[in-house]
Order: sequence, then structure tokens, then C-alpha cells
Amino acid sequence: MDTLVLVRVAARSLAQRKLRSFLAALGLVVGVASVVTMVSAGQAAKAQVSRQIEGLGTNLLLVTPGAVVGSGVRSGAGGKLNLSLTDVEAIRGDCPSAAVACPTVRASVPLAYANRNWSAMIQGCSPEYLQIRSWSLASGAPFGAEAVRSASKVCLLGQAVAERLFPDEDAVGKSVRIRKLIFRVLGVLEEKGQSASGQDQDDIVLAPFTTVQRAIRGVTYIDSILVSAVAPDRIEAAREEIQAVLRRRHKLASGGPDDFTVRSQSELGEMANQAASIMTLLLGGIASVSLLVGGIGIMNIMLVTVTERTREIGVRMAVGARGRDIMLQFLAEAVTICLLGGLPGAALGWLGAAGVASSFGWPMVLEAKSFALALGFSTATGVFFGIYPAWRASRLDPVEALRYE
Amino acid sequence: MSGADRPIVRVEGLVRNYQLGEVTVHALRGVDLTVYPGEFIAIMGASGSGKSTFMNLVGCLDRPTRGRYLLDGEDVSGLEGDRLAAIRNRKIGFVFQGFNLLPRTTALENVELPLLYGGVGASERHRRSLECLRAVGLAGREHHQPTQLSGGQQQRVAIARALVNNPALVMADEPTGNLDSRTSLEVMDLLQDLNSRGMTIVLVTHEPDISRFASRIVRFRDGRVAEDAAHDPLSAHQVLLAMPPESDDDTAT
Ligand SMILES: Nc1ncnc2c1ncn2[C@@H]1O[C@H](COP(=O)(O)OP(=O)(O)O)[C@@H](O)[C@H]1O
Ligand SMILES: [Mg+2]
Repeated sequence: MDTLVLVRVAARSLAQRKLRSFLAALGLVVGVASVVTMVSAGQAAKAQVSRQIEGLGTNLLLVTPGAVVGSGVRSGAGGKLNLSLTDVEAIRGDCPSAAVACPTVRASVPLAYANRNWSAMIQGCSPEYLQIRSWSLASGAPFGAEAVRSASKVCLLGQAVAERLFPDEDAVGKSVRIRKLIFRVLGVLEEKGQSASGQDQDDIVLAPFTTVQRAIRGVTYIDSILVSAVAPDRIEAAREEIQAVLRRRHKLASGGPDDFTVRSQSELGEMANQAASIMTLLLGGIASVSLLVGGIGIMNIMLVTVTERTREIGVRMAVGARGRDIMLQFLAEAVTICLLGGLPGAALGWLGAAGVASSFGWPMVLEAKSFALALGFSTATGVFFGIYPAWRASRLDPVEALRYE
Repeated sequence: MSGADRPIVRVEGLVRNYQLGEVTVHALRGVDLTVYPGEFIAIMGASGSGKSTFMNLVGCLDRPTRGRYLLDGEDVSGLEGDRLAAIRNRKIGFVFQGFNLLPRTTALENVELPLLYGGVGASERHRRSLECLRAVGLAGREHHQPTQLSGGQQQRVAIARALVNNPALVMADEPTGNLDSRTSLEVMDLLQDLNSRGMTIVLVTHEPDISRFASRIVRFRDGRVAEDAAHDPLSAHQVLLAMPPESDDDTAT
């Protein structure tokens, strides 16, 4: 039998049992709708993550000491603490593609105010840091170049730190104890939430890097240099310029390896994207439970149909239908129900995803892919759950089937 | 009854046992029978004598436990399901007691069914089916569904379906069992008409009233052929003409 005949036979047999076919298809509507909602919402969330990363500055480059060899293992990391303020100044002066460069020095420190204690990361940096990260202050004022030059004991608190130490008072102007030293709080940062890599970006203290170098770490080098390129399409240029400048400054023989690493934010963004993909997969997995339930409904209906139509199967066999003709007929029926449910389900699911996305303010992209996915899911459900009833039908004995009342 | 022709059906030592748990039911205990082209055979016998079992074997719906079966010269006794389906499709037409038309399907589409599985193209399918419906006197009823047809008309559709593939053999198991006497006569008239044009027919019945239209009567008893004799057939047409006309005639119009 050709496909057209097959589809016509299936469509008619479904039309003869309208209510039942409708109810069976309804299960698929729900199943496919929930899968499409979840997957599309997951994709929207992913788009949102990349948008956030771009907002944080895809222009960002991070220079760290030590080289990364092929496998990603850092070579000679331990000893070579070779980045200095002069490197930063060289980048500022000699890299036209670099807009801003900021040295950073980090330490994990205990904090205290009155009888409250907390511990957080203190990030030593220059005033450009806020600009590079596009962070702004919720209250107070940032520290300036003068504070860096004089290594003043001033700091900016992240929201989480401020809430811990100053649960019911204004932190600005107060003095907190960091290690044994007294720092004056100049301002409180705006809440930023988790970073793409899952860190709480509000659990942080910013201070002049000179202060962290001398008063806290007791070092003269810096941990890393944060650079922002003048434009997203200048990132690679900036990377090359930084490499040239640092190689020159570090007096590296040409052809030898770098003794530092330059990484772009987009490399980190990729990781975040991967995490979002896994989330999409997970959500889709949960939603496919309802598709499974819909599929079981189809199987049930098909088994009932096969039993009811035993005599019809017998007649078809008597006039020459082979096992595979019968099998294809019932499989086509199952797939047809699934598509009848799957297509409106996909539309409904997309509307649902659009609703979710708009309520979270995520960007929604209508992808032909997700409709193709729904179509594929429906067909696969039809085949998967229809195959057993169809096989049962094809295995009927013609004599028994003809005698069936 | 040209004995010189190659037989359509030749069965030798046909045995069919059914296993019901521990018990073996011997439905056929060794049947030998030969059917020649153009014969109109009535298989008779008491209920349980093995008539239907024999029909199922000859119709290639079932396989014998033992014995040989040559259909149109081809040994089909050992064939598997799909091969048997192909043979049924090409060589055998069935007429059942309960008509067995597909419900909510037009007469035309019911008749087309064997051609559909035979892989005949749509226009050829149409042409041949219409022709067969006309041959059984149902021109104009092509698009009626079974529920819109009387019992006699439904059986005519079934006969058209049995003929549409030009089979070597038409098997009819109690074809008049669900019909009143007048309609039964009309169906027998139609079968006799087909037989007179060369169609070989094997008919199962337990009614002597029906078997008298056949040209040979084979009597089954307890799974064996007890009697096999030529018979001078009565003309169903003549009997019909002799009947008083009926107001409620379902083949009129
Ligand atoms: N599927 C079956 N399973 C078990 N016994 C069967 C089956 N079909 C028929 N029989 C038995 O075989 C014998 C012959 O049956 P059947 O061929 O139907 O006789 P008839 O058609 O002459 O009434 C009966 O005893 C019947 O009970
Ligand atoms: Mg019987």
C-alpha cells in the first residue's frame, strides 16, 4: 500500500472515532506543549544568560601570570608572580585596542563591625574596576586615584557583606575591621546576583589595590590585570597587543612561550552557556514525563482499537493484507493521532514559553527548530507507543480474527 | 466438469488437529479431495463435522497439521503467513456468512480492498471495482455504506469483493446463513450465474435447500469425507420465478 492510501485509511478510521481520537490527541497536546514550553523557556533563559554576559562586557580580557599549555594546565604557575603595576601602565600606554586596564590583588579576609563577623573576598583594584565590570554604587561614593596612590584604608562593600555587617543601619561612613586594620566604608555596591559561574558577586569588598598589596598581602606584585577592549571586535587585537607589550616588558626570547595568559570573557561565557544547555535538557526531561503519560494514553487507545477491530483485521488479512500492511496501518493511525495532538501542542507550548519569557523579561526567539522538534517528538511518540499495539494486530491469526465477535 | 483439466484444488491426507491444553481435537482426520475448474461444490455435514476447518485450509487462512495441498498446481501446505496472504490475494475470493464488510466504508471501497493489497493503481482499482459491482447488480450503490444496504445487497458487495481479483476459486462459508429465503435464492442465483461463466465455487452449507443448487455435493462426517457425488443442480432462477412476488423486495430499484 502506498503512503497516501495509508494516511487516508488512518485518517478515516480516526474520524470514525472522533471523541476518542480527540481525547487521545489531547494527551499529546499537553505533553508536547510542556516539552516545547520547557525547552523554549530554557533557550530563552540561555539567551538571557548570554545577554547578561554581554552586558558584563564581552570586551573583557583577563591577564594572569604563568602560561597555559595545550591541556589547560598552567605551567610554572607557582613561582612566577611576575605581573606588576608597570605592566598595567604599559598596557594602558601601548595598547590602543585596550580601553581600560585595572590591576587586581585578592585576599580572603575576616571582617568585623561591632559584634558581627563575616568573611569575604577583598578585591584590591584601581578606580577603573567599577567601569570595567559595569558595576555601580547603591550608596556612597567610589575611591579615587588619590586613595590608590596613598594606599588609603577605604573600601566599598558588596550587598551581601553590607547586609551581614550592617543589617539595620547605613554602612556608608562606618568603619569596619579587616584583619587587624580599620577601613572606612565609602560606599555600598548595587546588588548583582550570581555570576555566570555561580559565584555570589555581592559577597565582596573592594579596596585600593595598593592597600591590599601592602597592608594585607605584603606583596609588590599583582594577581591579575583586567582589561577591557575598546570594542567587542577589537578583543583579539587587544589580546595581541597585550601579548606583544608583556613579552617585550618581560624580555621573552622570540619564539619562546609566554609567561602569562590572556583570556577573554567570551571563553567564560561559553561555560555559562553550557550550564544553561544542561538546564534546558533537565527541564525538557521533566516535561517529557507528561509526554510519556500522553504516549501511554495513545498506546491504551490503540490497544482498545486493535481489539475492537479484530474482525476488520481478519477481513483485511483474508483479502490479502500481510502482517506488515496491518502493522503499518495501525502505526500510521498512532502517528496521525500524535501529530494531530503534537502540532497544536507545539503552538500552545510556544505561547507558554513566550509567557514565561515575558514575565521574566527574557528574550524569546521563535525557532523553526523547536517546531521541528515537536514534530519529531510527536512522530517518535506515535511510533514508540504505537508499535506494540500495531505488532499485536499484525500477529493476529486470520481464522481467529474472522471469528471474533 | 472436464476431468482432464488441471485441478484447482488437490488435497491429500489433510489433517488438522487443535490442541486444547491436554486434549487434542481432531477436526480433520485425513481428507482427500480434488476440485476441477468450473465446479460448484457444496460441502455439507453436521455442525462440528469439520466443514469450516476444511474451508479455512483450502482458503489458505490456516495451515494443515499434516497432508498436502496443491492450489492451482502450487504446493501451499508449507507456506508462511505473508506468502499465504499473497496467495489469498491473488487466487481466492471469500464470501462469509456475516458479510464481513468494513463498516463506515463505501461499497466501492470495500470492493477495492483486495486490489489495494495487491498493489493495483488507483484508476485500475476503480474501474475493476465498478465493473464487479455492476456485475452483481449494484450499479448506482457504489457510494452506499453497509448500513445503507440490505442484507442481500451487502452480500452482493461481498461477492463483488470476492470476484474483483479474478480468483481461481471462490469460497463461501454459509453465505445465505443470515438471509431470508428469497434473498438466499437471489444470492444463489448470482453464484450460479458466476459459475455458469466459469467461476469455481466451493460453498459450505448445512441447508439441503441451498445445496441443491450445486453441481457436486461433498458430505463431511467426523472430520472425514463421507460422501462425494455429482448432482444435478436446480436452477435458482427458475425457483425464484416460481415464487409469488414480494412487496418487500430489497433488490428492486
Ligand atoms: N480453534 C479451534 N480450537 C479448538 N477446536 C476447534 C477449533 N476450531 C474448530 N474446532 C473443533 O473442530 C471441530 C470441527 O469444527 P468446524 O470445522 O468448525 O466444524 P463445522 O464448521 O462443520 O461446524 C469441532 O469439534 C470444533 O469444536
Ligand atoms: Mg462451521
